[in-house]
Amino acid sequence: MNKEVSDAIRRQAAEGYVTASLGDQLFGIPLTQVRDVFVPKGISRVPLAPPAIAGLLSLRGRVVTVIDLRARLGLSAAESDAPRVAIGIEREAELYGLIADRIGNVLRPRAESYEPNPINLQAKWLAVCSGVFRLDAGGVMVVLDVDSLLDAEKLKEAA
Amino acid sequence: MDELLGEFRAETEENLDRLDDELLRFEREPDNREILNKIFRLVHTIKGTCGFFGLERLSKLAHAAESRMARYREGETVSVAGVSLIFASLDRIKEILRGLESGVEPPGDDTALIASLLAQDDVAPKSTTVAPGPLESSPKDGAKADSSTQHTLSERPPVGELQSRARQFFNSSDAAAKPRAPVAPSAEAEPAPRSSETPAEKQDGTHGEAPETAPASGETAEPSSQDRKRDHAQSVRVQVETLEELMTTVSELVLTRNQLLDVARRTMETDLKQPLHRLSNVTSELQRGIMKARMLPVSKAWQGLPRLVRELSLTLDKSIKLVSEGGDAELDRQVLEFVRDPITHLIRNAADHGIESRERRRAKGKPEQAMIKLRAHTEGGHVVIEIADDGRGIDAESIRAKCLEKGLATEADLASMGVVDLQQFIFKPGFSTASKITDVSGRGVGLDVVRSDVELIGGTVELKSSGPQGTVFVMRIPLTLAITAALIVQSGDLKFALPQHSVREVVRAQEGSDYQIEMIDDAPQLRLRGRLVPVFDLAALLQQENGIGSSGEPVAETMTTVAVLELGSRVFGLRVDDVLRTEEIVVKPKASLLRSLTVFSGNTILGDGSVIMIIDPAALGSLAGLDELRLEIELAPEEPAGLAQEPEKTLPLLLFYAGSPARKAVPLSLVTRLEEIPVEQIETCDDGQLVRYRGGLMPVIFMDGVKRRTDGDLQPILVFGEEGQNVGLAIDEIIDVVEESLAMEIRSDTPGMIGTCLVHGQIVEVVDVSSYLTEGLGQRVMAKESGAKRSFKVLLVDDSQFFRNMLAPLLSANGYDVTLAASGHEALVLKEEGARFDLVISDLEMPDLDGIGLAEKVKADPDWADIPMIALSSHTSPRLVARSRAAGFSDYVGKFDRQRLIEAMQACCGEWEAAA
Repeated sequence: MNKEVSDAIRRQAAEGYVTASLGDQLFGIPLTQVRDVFVPKGISRVPLAPPAIAGLLSLRGRVVTVIDLRARLGLSAAESDAPRVAIGIEREAELYGLIADRIGNVLRPRAESYEPNPINLQAKWLAVCSGVFRLDAGGVMVVLDVDSLLDAEKLKEAA
Repeated sequence: MDELLGEFRAETEENLDRLDDELLRFEREPDNREILNKIFRLVHTIKGTCGFFGLERLSKLAHAAESRMARYREGETVSVAGVSLIFASLDRIKEILRGLESGVEPPGDDTALIASLLAQDDVAPKSTTVAPGPLESSPKDGAKADSSTQHTLSERPPVGELQSRARQFFNSSDAAAKPRAPVAPSAEAEPAPRSSETPAEKQDGTHGEAPETAPASGETAEPSSQDRKRDHAQSVRVQVETLEELMTTVSELVLTRNQLLDVARRTMETDLKQPLHRLSNVTSELQRGIMKARMLPVSKAWQGLPRLVRELSLTLDKSIKLVSEGGDAELDRQVLEFVRDPITHLIRNAADHGIESRERRRAKGKPEQAMIKLRAHTEGGHVVIEIADDGRGIDAESIRAKCLEKGLATEADLASMGVVDLQQFIFKPGFSTASKITDVSGRGVGLDVVRSDVELIGGTVELKSSGPQGTVFVMRIPLTLAITAALIVQSGDLKFALPQHSVREVVRAQEGSDYQIEMIDDAPQLRLRGRLVPVFDLAALLQQENGIGSSGEPVAETMTTVAVLELGSRVFGLRVDDVLRTEEIVVKPKASLLRSLTVFSGNTILGDGSVIMIIDPAALGSLAGLDELRLEIELAPEEPAGLAQEPEKTLPLLLFYAGSPARKAVPLSLVTRLEEIPVEQIETCDDGQLVRYRGGLMPVIFMDGVKRRTDGDLQPILVFGEEGQNVGLAIDEIIDVVEESLAMEIRSDTPGMIGTCLVHGQIVEVVDVSSYLTEGLGQRVMAKESGAKRSFKVLLVDDSQFFRNMLAPLLSANGYDVTLAASGHEALVLKEEGARFDLVISDLEMPDLDGIGLAEKVKADPDWADIPMIALSSHTSPRLVARSRAAGFSDYVGKFDRQRLIEAMQACCGEWEAAA
């Protein structure tokens, strides 16, 4: 691990992560990149779009592109109809919503507990994850890299 | 500093664009000190300002150009090469300016150019060898210069246009008074050269009779600089971003308005209706205002063209003059960006392919100087741009040969085609009639690019005519892109917006109806007035899982809604589950993750908050494989007039303008009288406007946006109503009365509008007369209804929402209590529920249970058997009349025959009263 990355991680960890889970797996998205959290309602599917794109919805007059994290990570669709939540992200003047099963607390893990991506993750995960934290409470939190998640090319490949 | 630099860039670029024209004039009128000084000052300003910003490269270049200009000021003769040199340096300056976007000068070497500018002799050969059109007049030949000026300059906007142009600038007019003042970096000092243009512009307006009038220009400058001063006081320069932000905000407002309208539609809170109506109007007004602020004269798009033509003249050794008019027609700035290329392309084509060589023109007896005419005017929501040349026209023979060579059509196909059909081939991809590729317009890029560019913004381009005397292209460009009319269609569980500009009509195809789907193998075809149109299923094209196309249900057996799309000469049908309505949608750019989905051009938010995709009809056509299909479709013979036509389906429509450029229509039969009333007789009172009319008082409603004429003028008024209960609807102008079928039945969300229909291929809005009637008569009608006399209960059965919307309020206004049913079955349900009516009015043509069937069922039920029934039909065949009578209808009325319907109803109710 070179020092530069480590500094970035250290800063990120200090600022905290918004956590979300898919099934039993905990994920973290850097807090500074999260705009808001909302319940996605009235999603219109977009025909011909990559499967990871759940569709579009309007939030206070703006169009939000909704990404289904499950589809994006190659997981099966959620079993229940339980309400899901979306993490709102603003990027280059556009809004995105990342749909997860549940939203958790903001975590500020110790930077020392950081580890790079385990090499045996499947390719879809490797493409969008930027390391993991071993949590003191047990379990791990996988850090999601928003830029890779929302990269149009990678999204198409993930299909 | 960055801001200042940005402003400097924007202004200098503007100034440079204008300088192009000035230089062309200067070349023709080298004796004109006025122009010379002006150009010099502009270059000087650039130089001075560059110094302040530390832009060394730019400053050196401007300095060299200025030196060259200084020599001309001192009396040196201006050569063609000299002007070209100045052009080259200005181009370089522009290039550097563009590079300045990053904040620093782009690297580059200008030493060669600077050396040429500073050289005592012109590097390029003297002008005597080449004498192209605009340069024809020798520097000393004043008379000749005069005539060429007149033509070439007529593209410049007239004086009146100064005003609109002036608002783009915030220049201070008094800067003109001290043109040689030291140049400060501040914005105030910069426009000096621009304001000093005033005298020249004045000349443009009067077709610049320079150089003779040059001495007089001092006088003309006086009033026009006053004009400037006044314009200056009245205009403010606004940052484009500010405008964009305002536009976005207004778009949100429009969305919210639509949302509210949507809620109102569902809940029908009557208290809300009035204020909502007002809010809606104010929003539209605001939207119009912002749109207007974004408008720029179309001449902006052809600013560079005089110079282009000059250069083409030189390169091609042809003498060409460019004439333009109507440059003051205004377009949204965003649209303007899109039309520049297509226009330039067509001009290049005209100069290169269209216009003959000098020798050939002489041989043909044409004037040696060829002419390219550029004309623009506003028409409805479009600007129409005509590009005409007096060249040799497009040769049908070479098109024929090319088609065969490229395998675009067979000999047999071609033999049956007329010249006009043949000429349409020029718009096909890869088609170019020029036998050799030239620098000017070759490159194998054809008019298909022009067409697709123009269609991209919802415009059209057509070859209007082409013959030995020349070629005329016509472009129709929508005024704006941001808000557009669209059809909202349902496909499966999704809705889509279909831009209305490409929808020719919407038809319901059904077994036994006029429009039928026929299958060729498995491919559905719509028989449309004797022509077969291939039908594609929207859900299938979009691979919607739950769309109709995937259900396996054979297309022909169900009733089908088909939107007939027209893209240039391509016509195809798009099967959808339903057409819901038309709506003014706010176009939002496509989400960047969806950018690769070309079939959608953007998205929009509907009134209910849902986001829907806007379909790009051209891309959808390609997706359907239409590019290959095109030929066959075009070769299909145009509808043979005859049996297939049902002339009785047309009805007279009154077309008029009211408040907006969109044409409005109302069935003439609904109008009682057309009046022109002196406007001062229309008096305003508490309840609105009233006029003394036929011995009573008639309320007059001004349709949204209609201007009250000035006193002494006559206001055109449509009078509606019955028996002294008249309502006047004030409009702007009556256009015409036409016989037309209401081909399209699309509801509108705009209050007071029923929907849109197609008249002579153009979309008109059908006015909901009844909404105005009730507005005007509401009080009285209610009074009448609550009166002693019980109102008659009428059941109106019609499957068309359009007719229900049209008739129901009309009947209510006449004092009837109207219940609506959308089908025969709905009517029967009401019957089962025990509802009682005094009269049933039913459409004859309905799906499933038609009017005849309904009548039979009604007459078979003892409870309802005695209810009189009136049949409505758009057909009037004796056989149908007989059948309807046999089924139990007591009367038979043509749809839209309001007078007859009311009479028939009165007759029925009279009978009923007598019987009761």
